[in-house]
Amino acid sequence: MQKTSNVAELAAICKRMRREFIEMITTAKSGHPGGSLSATEIVVTLFFDVMRHDPANPKWKDRDRFILSKGHCCPVLYAVMAECGYCPKDQLMTLRKLGSMYQGHPDVRFLPSLEASTGSLGEGLSLGIGMALAAKLDRSPSRSYVVLGDGEIQEGQIWEAAMFGAFHKVDNLVAIVDYNRIQLDGFVKDIMDLEPLVDKWRGFGWHVIELDGHDIAALQRAFAEAETVKGKPTVLIAHTIKGKGVSFMENNPKFHGQAPTPEECVRALAELA
Amino acid sequence: MPAKTKYELKLGAATREAFGKALVEVGRTNPNVVVLDADLSKSTYTAEFGKQFPDRFFECGIAEANMMAIGAGLASAGKIPFASSFSVFAMNKGFEQLRVTAAFPNFNLKVVGTHSGISIGEDGPSQMSIEDISLACSLPGFAVISPADEVAMIALVKRAAEHIGPLFIRAGRIKAPVIYAPGQDFAIGKSIELVEGSAVTLIATGLLVAEAIRAAETLETEGISARVLDMHTIKPLDREAIARAARETGAIVVAEEHLVDGGLGVRVAQVVAEAHPAVMEFVGIENTYAESGTPDELLDKYGLRAVNIVAAARRAVERKR
Repeated sequence: MQKTSNVAELAAICKRMRREFIEMITTAKSGHPGGSLSATEIVVTLFFDVMRHDPANPKWKDRDRFILSKGHCCPVLYAVMAECGYCPKDQLMTLRKLGSMYQGHPDVRFLPSLEASTGSLGEGLSLGIGMALAAKLDRSPSRSYVVLGDGEIQEGQIWEAAMFGAFHKVDNLVAIVDYNRIQLDGFVKDIMDLEPLVDKWRGFGWHVIELDGHDIAALQRAFAEAETVKGKPTVLIAHTIKGKGVSFMENNPKFHGQAPTPEECVRALAELA
Repeated sequence: MPAKTKYELKLGAATREAFGKALVEVGRTNPNVVVLDADLSKSTYTAEFGKQFPDRFFECGIAEANMMAIGAGLASAGKIPFASSFSVFAMNKGFEQLRVTAAFPNFNLKVVGTHSGISIGEDGPSQMSIEDISLACSLPGFAVISPADEVAMIALVKRAAEHIGPLFIRAGRIKAPVIYAPGQDFAIGKSIELVEGSAVTLIATGLLVAEAIRAAETLETEGISARVLDMHTIKPLDREAIARAARETGAIVVAEEHLVDGGLGVRVAQVVAEAHPAVMEFVGIENTYAESGTPDELLDKYGLRAVNIVAAARRAVERKR
């Protein structure tokens, strides 16, 4: 795979990935487009620039680990992993079909180059901490990156893990909260408000970086800053737009968990051209 | 050692204490073994491992769900994690995490629940694990192990560390009668015939294995020849030994310190139904929670004694006629 730190090139990959997974979800007739669109820059910047990994050697011991804790947004992950060369691009349209490696939520049994099976919210941060602890024991440079949904962090286990991560000084881990402000039932602030979110993470002992989660250069700077932070884990509070890049999906709770119709797909692809 | 020897059944260490000892042994020989505990390390006996291998011991605080998923993450990166708590908290509070982060991806996590059953005594039902066998067996790919004494525990912890795949080990709080001589061989999934017999088979696990031996001795004085099997592995079950018991003795009593619902008994019954018909009786906790009391008082009151197994065996033999 060709890695790049060039922002324009990364932005072009983001656009391509968005087109890819919008088509995948449309073909599947079900899935979660909104949260894939909001997390696209985060996932692309990690896989194509920040993370040390090798698709030709997916079980390389010293690789960085990526965990999509908000597993329902796997379409963006599948598209990116296929683009990297972990898995075949020509099967992406089998998403959610019987026997497909591209299961409805990430499943290591079907796609062994995934780090974890996720989909039950609230569990990925603990998994990432376990992987980061193993790296420390092995004196490995491996770092763990965990993408969390904003609604997801209403789960109590996240805060158990937040306490653990700071207390045990897991500084080789970065959590990224995809703060797109919408969950299934509506707006996060109306369902179970998270604010003051920065204060919460800080209070739990984490190094907090707040940024625009669609600003690739800001993401690059934040991940670089996180690497310099010693003695505590880092969390990125990434302000994002649910449905980013498709006008009629942006900030629209309907597209949390609903596939576009074929007509909507055509319009979306035109906007992402 | 299929032998009709007399068993002294002298009190030995609690299986939880033997677990702690075994952990140190496997920790010494295998640097990949790591241990997690949730603020109960003095009671689960993982503290000694923590003292000897502080870098490989993770105190998780009172947060079992997080502990299980961190353990799964460690396992995915090549470690052999033993995550321990009271069984009731490990299985009930950690269950969802065991399901999604360990069983589902088949990660190599070892869960050890101490203080299982009602013999913990005075602390009462909120601390009593009487559904852990049922829960653990419902996780695809999990092995479920319930050692009867200190010798069995030490050997089976070693087997567990070698075993690839998730598993659950059940340990008790109180001192357990010693059944095995040092050096006894144990293999996961292979039951052990402790007493030979032809009229009825007593299949027991954990603390009730000693009770089953005592029951067999009583039955012998009544002219009833009872076979005793230590079913130290509840999953995968030793189907062959159960089928043979059904075929050769025609009557089976299953005894366990667990709810009858979802326990060893119903799993044995499935094998019997599939392999060979036999009369069956069940000794276990019947659809209730227990209460505070001394371990002896509770085992008496809730019917988990040799005398209960004897009565069940008589009924089974009677029904067979």
